[in-house]
Amino acid sequence: MFDYMKKNKALAVVGGLVLTAAVAVPAIAQRDPAYAAARASGAIGEKPDGYLGYVTSPSPAIKALVEDINIKRKAAYTRKAQETNSTVEQFAFTSGCNLIMRTAPGEKYQTPAGTWNTRDASDPVRDPRCP
Amino acid sequence: MLYQTSQLTDRTYGAIHHNMRSLTTAGLIFGALIGFSGCVQVTAPDKPIVINLNINIKQEVVYRLDGDAKDLINEEADIF
Repeated sequence: MFDYMKKNKALAVVGGLVLTAAVAVPAIAQRDPAYAAARASGAIGEKPDGYLGYVTSPSPAIKALVEDINIKRKAAYTRKAQETNSTVEQFAFTSGCNLIMRTAPGEKYQTPAGTWNTRDASDPVRDPRCP
Repeated sequence: MLYQTSQLTDRTYGAIHHNMRSLTTAGLIFGALIGFSGCVQVTAPDKPIVINLNINIKQEVVYRLDGDAKDLINEEADIF
């Protein structure tokens, strides 16, 4: 009887751990490895309008990846714009300010003038309206 | 009688003179219009007219949305 309960308890603990992992995974969802690699290689970069852009002529795989992410971004911007009573462009632009600021050294971002810069330790060149 | 005739003649001359003056004025205006039309040239631009939509994004709006934008980027880290 005691043994059975002990086993059950162990099962419950394992079950609990599995459940925790299942819940925790979406919360810490990270970049797809292919996306992370494309960013790190400088093939793609962050644009001031809040979307990803091609720094060099993209391969079909990178093109598909960027288009997919940009569609998802637009959906997220649209949802948030409705919540905050703003336009999609306004919310996307504000996100772009933050996304360029968050680029890691070595990653590419587009300046307001349209040129692609490589992020270094200094602050990126951003639109004067960025906070 | 003589007085009346000369008066009539004067009136006729006056009427003709008046008509000529208005004709001259009209002619001058017409001439001016033709003359000016040569100076004002309107040509269609060879480049498409681009309206920059960024003017709709004001700094105060960007500041207001900044917190929400940061939240979104943290919530959906896989697409940012």
